[in-house]
Amino acid sequence: MKNVKYPFIIGFLVFTLFPVFWMLKISLTPDRLLFSEGIVAWPSRITFDHYYAVLVEGSFPDYFMNSFIVSFTTAALVTIIAALAGYALSRFQFKGKLAIMTILLVTQMFPIVMVIAPIYNVLTFINLVDSLTGLILVYTAFNLPFACFLMQSFFDGAPVELEEAAMMDGCTRLQALEKITLPLCLPGIGATLGFVFTAAWSELLFALMFINRQSQMTFPAGIMNFVTKFSVDWGQMAAAMILALIPVCIFFSYIQRFIVQGLTAGALKG
Amino acid sequence: MNKQTQAWFYLAPTLLFIFLLVLIPLVTGISYAFYDFDLISGTKEFVGFDQFIRLLGEDEIFTMSLVNTLFWTVSSLFFQFMLGFGLALILNSGFKGISIIQPVLFVPWAVPSFLIGLMWVWMFNPVTGPLPYLFEAIGIMDKAENLLSDPDHAMWGPITANVWFGIPFFTIMLLAALRSIPKEIYEAAEMDGVSGLQAFRYITVPLIAPTILITLLIRAIWIANFAEIIIVMTNGGPANSTQIVATYIYDTAYQKMDFGYASVISIALLFLLMIYGFTLGRIRQKMTTYI
Repeated sequence: MKNVKYPFIIGFLVFTLFPVFWMLKISLTPDRLLFSEGIVAWPSRITFDHYYAVLVEGSFPDYFMNSFIVSFTTAALVTIIAALAGYALSRFQFKGKLAIMTILLVTQMFPIVMVIAPIYNVLTFINLVDSLTGLILVYTAFNLPFACFLMQSFFDGAPVELEEAAMMDGCTRLQALEKITLPLCLPGIGATLGFVFTAAWSELLFALMFINRQSQMTFPAGIMNFVTKFSVDWGQMAAAMILALIPVCIFFSYIQRFIVQGLTAGALKG
Repeated sequence: MNKQTQAWFYLAPTLLFIFLLVLIPLVTGISYAFYDFDLISGTKEFVGFDQFIRLLGEDEIFTMSLVNTLFWTVSSLFFQFMLGFGLALILNSGFKGISIIQPVLFVPWAVPSFLIGLMWVWMFNPVTGPLPYLFEAIGIMDKAENLLSDPDHAMWGPITANVWFGIPFFTIMLLAALRSIPKEIYEAAEMDGVSGLQAFRYITVPLIAPTILITLLIRAIWIANFAEIIIVMTNGGPANSTQIVATYIYDTAYQKMDFGYASVISIALLFLLMIYGFTLGRIRQKMTTYI
């Protein structure tokens, strides 16, 4: 019985890694060999030219920096704001709570394309079209609902008693939240940061629609731009894709254990 | 400050963001449904419910995309869940090297969806990818061709990509649920002579059934709205064979620039999903009272 699972593990690994391996292979294959050698597992000669072209000649370092600024700021902003809201939803009973929960749920249901044009108008109104700040604000708004639910479930999992004891000893509610409850919810905060960072790092539609200037483009928009312009340059595209994968993968493999932990804790209580 | 005011104080930043950048645009977006946009003059004309009648009466692509949405959602969900559950069981049982292998298996979830689309486009393309030759070798195809240009089977392309992407989500959710089952229950059962398979059937499955059901049902909404992979891989083609409602909206708004009609289709989709969500809420209520 014990050994039955190993073939399955290998199966999962192959299915997961093969497409990534294939991209890596294409990114290292010299253009000439890509067509002359046909479909082979590994080219007879490899080259780093595509990486060089993407990193040095293209605007990819700019895209990379923009994406990092946008994703990091969004993640931080959303986590702070959602922590406050999640705390309120978890600890207070108040009129209108059900209405707020419903609104948060509905925001998850409609197709995003429906609001792109209206949001564009809002951004024009506050003069934030074509700017990273505008993009950060939009990402924040759209990531908040899910983050609120997530933070709420983590606060539900943290004991109220400690917090109440601290407040008896003279802490204000905000102090008790900061000193007692937040440290307890650290895995949950890590998970929320991770979720939002990866979501912002991957987002394409808003980034394509709200940013026109090359210098302000995020990585996904930059790559799509690249794809439409140079659709036959397989090698450079693959290199750009591999480079885009690296930061999220590092970040995510670090954060994934907190996600499982955080969800387990939430499930235990609920 | 009393508790009522305090609660609103904590919620204020969230509500501000959602009001300004989600709700106002949503209402504006809905209002577009009653207008006909004229691209050339840049004006719009109020047409009332005309475009709704067009949707219900004469739009065959919409009907087709509804059927496709159902097929896309159910097939993706089925394979994501079956494989994700299997993987969660394996990971939960533990094995040598799990601390390295587990993060690797979760990687697809962190890959941006348009990249997933591009990656699988290459896998299915006979010029760049191995899959057509694999299909030919095992006899699924007569000769190595691009699956994505075959109207009868093209949908399986985006579904494969979606399954690749979605397995980790189910694995993470179900793994968390499996780990929260107290060990004592299994120990007690073992003392009473309950064997592995029986324990799975009578302890594990009933205890995580609520998580399974809710995760499946909520995820269905998300997948039904998930257009990026399809847009990148097939753009709804060939011959609308991979057109789901979400891609049809995108196509109408940003290829045909018909914002009014796009809004009408969006409202139809939102309406269907809300009916589904409402039913879901009822099921959830029943389940919590039952457990």
